[in-house]
Amino acid sequence: MIGQLIDGPLWYFSLAVFGVGMLYRLYSILRAGVKPDLATPRAGGGAGALRNLFSRFAPRRDVATRGRLTLIAGYLFHLGLFALLFFAQPHVDFLAERITGFGWPALPYWAFIISAELALVGLLLLWLHRLLHPVTRLLSSVDDHIGTGLVFLVMLSGCLALAQAFEPLRLLHLFLAELLLIYFPFSSLMHTFTFVFSRGYTGAMMGRKGVNA
Amino acid sequence: MSHDFAKGVAALESQIDSRIAAYFSSCVHCGLCAEACLFYTETQDPRYTPIYKLEPMRRLWKEQHTFWGKFAIKLGLSKPLSEQDFADWEELVYDSCTLCGRCSMVCPVGNDITYMIRKEREGFAAAGYTPPGLQEATHRALTIGSPMGVTLKTLQAALRHVERNTGLKIPMDRQGADYMALFSSMEVVNFPEYIESVARIFDAARLSWTISSQAFEATNSGIQIGSREAAREIVGRVVDAAESLGVKYVISPECGHAYTAIRWEGPNLIGRPYKFEIIHILELLDQLQQEGRLKLSGLTETPLTFHDPCQIVRRGGVIEPPRDLLGKVASGFVEMADHGEMNWCCGGGGGVSANERAEGLRLKVFDRKRKQLEALGVKTLVTACANCRIVLEEGIEDRDMDVAVIGLTELVAEHLATTPATASDGSGAES
Repeated sequence: MIGQLIDGPLWYFSLAVFGVGMLYRLYSILRAGVKPDLATPRAGGGAGALRNLFSRFAPRRDVATRGRLTLIAGYLFHLGLFALLFFAQPHVDFLAERITGFGWPALPYWAFIISAELALVGLLLLWLHRLLHPVTRLLSSVDDHIGTGLVFLVMLSGCLALAQAFEPLRLLHLFLAELLLIYFPFSSLMHTFTFVFSRGYTGAMMGRKGVNA
Repeated sequence: MSHDFAKGVAALESQIDSRIAAYFSSCVHCGLCAEACLFYTETQDPRYTPIYKLEPMRRLWKEQHTFWGKFAIKLGLSKPLSEQDFADWEELVYDSCTLCGRCSMVCPVGNDITYMIRKEREGFAAAGYTPPGLQEATHRALTIGSPMGVTLKTLQAALRHVERNTGLKIPMDRQGADYMALFSSMEVVNFPEYIESVARIFDAARLSWTISSQAFEATNSGIQIGSREAAREIVGRVVDAAESLGVKYVISPECGHAYTAIRWEGPNLIGRPYKFEIIHILELLDQLQQEGRLKLSGLTETPLTFHDPCQIVRRGGVIEPPRDLLGKVASGFVEMADHGEMNWCCGGGGGVSANERAEGLRLKVFDRKRKQLEALGVKTLVTACANCRIVLEEGIEDRDMDVAVIGLTELVAEHLATTPATASDGSGAES
């Protein structure tokens, strides 16, 4: 009964909350509007926005040195999670069956395991840093910890459910993922999408000034 | 100054546009911006983390624009923004931020934190939570015409000295001149040699230029304190004078924030594009030099480095001209490890140098520049901003360092190929 709920209605409900909530958040950002810049630009804003969208994936030298731990842990977590989420065989099968209707090549099992381990290590390091470093401890809100905690639980249950032999673990993993989907649009996890806006806005403004942001 | 919390909240609320909403939505509190801020690196005080300085604005955004924010306020789970927050954050917003923009360059999600703080100051200014030093400077700018109280008579006295030293006639209120030059109060009072250098260079290049008796002050305290109304009034004076004289260009002086004010914020403040162009003095000198109108000779062999004024370089986009010019006049020019777009601020921009209350902190964070200079080992520091220059000189004095600070325009003037024998009248005509 609970398994059917998790596998069926709750999945579609969480997906709907995620989709509608995410679109509403993006709409609410755009709705606030931006006044046109009347200063004569030195260069095009579009090119600056596009450049900044990608250039920020690489850190500036100074911060790469001073914030080494955050950066390394950040890369481990994000890259590991991306590989895990979209290229782990169970996820490819799940997404093909439930959403896309088609599959794509998945990572070999060993690469999937390494990705999961890297992502988990990265996340734990980031969380520890958040808890222990004076700056991140001061900045962090309850939302930051709930978001990190949910992601951690989803990943942990995913590792436990790997064998696929024990159905309750798979259901637990799916249930936690559904909770994450429901929480996602109301949290700072939205940076997954909104970073495109923030990098774009800054890149456009700085690009107009002729600065490579 | 009296306090008006409701007005402050309304002003803060009106600043929340798509950019601000996207920035707050994207921030994951990673803390990397702290590593780019000299107020944090030199004190290790986490309260100086740039994004933390935006906590009042973030709380307002959260309680008005997010589900959990509205929900938590309704249930009494979080406290709404209070007047005490303005009082508590005033020091962080004004004393420990020079609007240098370094944090904006390193944020992984791309937040322009400096833009956010500039906007936040609008709310603080409206609420009346601003440093007395900046209030007084803004008041003087609005009533006298200059944040330092420089009047037309003060300028005329300085110009008489320039005329005596150079034998040149400084053109005032010349209708139809190509260029209208602006100065900062700091240049008039502390560094009149800048005006002298400009006069000699323009004469050598046969530039058609003038100074307006109606608007010669380039600095804009309204930008620094965060008062759009004051900033608009101050920019408007320059626009009116330039348009009534019919000039093609207005020359922004070396002063950094003056450039940001007149070049990038000005048209947005008055609500329309200008009928003239703004050119920074360094852009103009570089252009004149490239066109062959400014002939330079000799090279300074003294090892020297360049301090990039944040508002001219990182926030203004005038990055190569100072380097081109230095390459033409100095053979011993070396860059600091972090330079250009990633320079470290002098510590006195964004109104901090006008804020007496912040002096101790400003001198403390000067350590960042001291370390840069000591790592390089040069004894001459060139810069292109009168405010940076005075702040650097004070820091050097405070740290008992043996470093001389000189202005780039003056250095260029020292290398003019020939000194004109005849007194030009600034009309641009051959005499």
